[in-house]
Amino acid sequence: MSIWEYANPKKFLRTTERVLPPLWLASAVLIAGGLIWGFFFTPDDYRQGATVKIIYLHVPSALMAINAWFMMLVASLIWVIRRHHVSALAARAAAPVGLVMTLIALLTGAIWGQPMWGTWWAWDPRLTSFLVLFLFYLGYIALWQAIDDPDTAADLTSILCLVGSVFAVLSRYAVNFWNQGLHQGASLSLDKEENVADVFAYPLYVCMAGFILFFIVLVLYRTGTEIRARRMSALLARERMSE
Amino acid sequence: MIALLIRDLQLAFRAGGGFGLGLAFFLIVTVMVPFAVGPDAAGLAVIAPGVLWLGALLACLLSLDRLLSLDWEDGSLDLLATAPLPLEGVLTIKALAHWLTTGVPLVLAAPVLGVLLHLPVAGYFWIMLSLLIGTPALSVIGTFGAALTVGLKRGGLLLSLLVMPLYVPTLIFGAEAARRGALGLSGDTPLLMLAGISLGTIALLPFASAAVLRVNLR
Repeated sequence: MSIWEYANPKKFLRTTERVLPPLWLASAVLIAGGLIWGFFFTPDDYRQGATVKIIYLHVPSALMAINAWFMMLVASLIWVIRRHHVSALAARAAAPVGLVMTLIALLTGAIWGQPMWGTWWAWDPRLTSFLVLFLFYLGYIALWQAIDDPDTAADLTSILCLVGSVFAVLSRYAVNFWNQGLHQGASLSLDKEENVADVFAYPLYVCMAGFILFFIVLVLYRTGTEIRARRMSALLARERMSE
Repeated sequence: MIALLIRDLQLAFRAGGGFGLGLAFFLIVTVMVPFAVGPDAAGLAVIAPGVLWLGALLACLLSLDRLLSLDWEDGSLDLLATAPLPLEGVLTIKALAHWLTTGVPLVLAAPVLGVLLHLPVAGYFWIMLSLLIGTPALSVIGTFGAALTVGLKRGGLLLSLLVMPLYVPTLIFGAEAARRGALGLSGDTPLLMLAGISLGTIALLPFASAAVLRVNLR
């Protein structure tokens, strides 16, 4: 029994069909629970008022925006090294999810920033690097769509993902150099004295867990769709051949 | 390798090679800027280094789709791929030829256009130096983009979408060095970072370019 058995599309589909319903349920319960807890059962912040509650959408989506790219990087590496088709399709399936997560993080940040910073947008390093990440997602998805042959597309996009990761990190440090930040630093670190107060932190953890599960569910589901779409086109091609 | 370089340079310089095109584009972009933001000399002086860098970047970008597509169309790219020369070397030479025909003219033209934008006197040295160090990175990164999109029919727009985000660090450090120089400060730190990016991309990116080109030639 090894993880590579799931590189078999049939095995992958059979397993995901079994684990998806409970995962859907768990992520829905966690997100709904976390949001309701966070929105209605936590006090207002003494300075930020009720606006602090957008943290329950902003932080989990930002977390997944970055980790979706990281997951695509790992999946691309697996495709380049071991050439498992499911892996390439999983990377393809994750990209639009990551794109939307980035967009949610940017939009909720803007909505929070208007009353708090007095501006919708600032060229802050974190904001800017998220915008750059958004562009990377766009380019990656566009390249997938532009190429007809699935194997060529998988090869090219995975190399783009590898090169893009290096440049995304470079850009992150470059924008740090380029402008001072308005965005607060990390406040959920394990090694720091001062973090977000526990009242706010616990529902946030629930939301983050919910978003992580939600991302996994979406990627598994979309990968299944991609596999079926690939199978359909193979069947159609075979039918055309036999005519 | 030298023969290939000479061939590429000759193709670029002779009729129909589109040699002056990038330069003309650089000129026209820079000339359009005062029309857009107004002729105020002090305002132009502030944005001059950034505009020159952005213009150079766009001029580089514009010439990228010719970098490989002509050789792709007439089949000489297949010959080059099967030649004893490693494909990484071929692409490095291609990037070098692109830099010599696009980057170097841009470096030489930048001070002339700086006059139009009222670039402060201290800035001329820095804009030339930063462009000289930064444009090789633009060419090498652009070669990667061109290799990615070489087989596509509508590759031009996609090429811009793919290459622009990769240009972000180069543009930041290059424009920052030029801006500091124009203010009379020392641009050493961003310039060193820029040199790091250039050297790093020249050393590593041809391998990625060759990998994607092999996929496209398959």
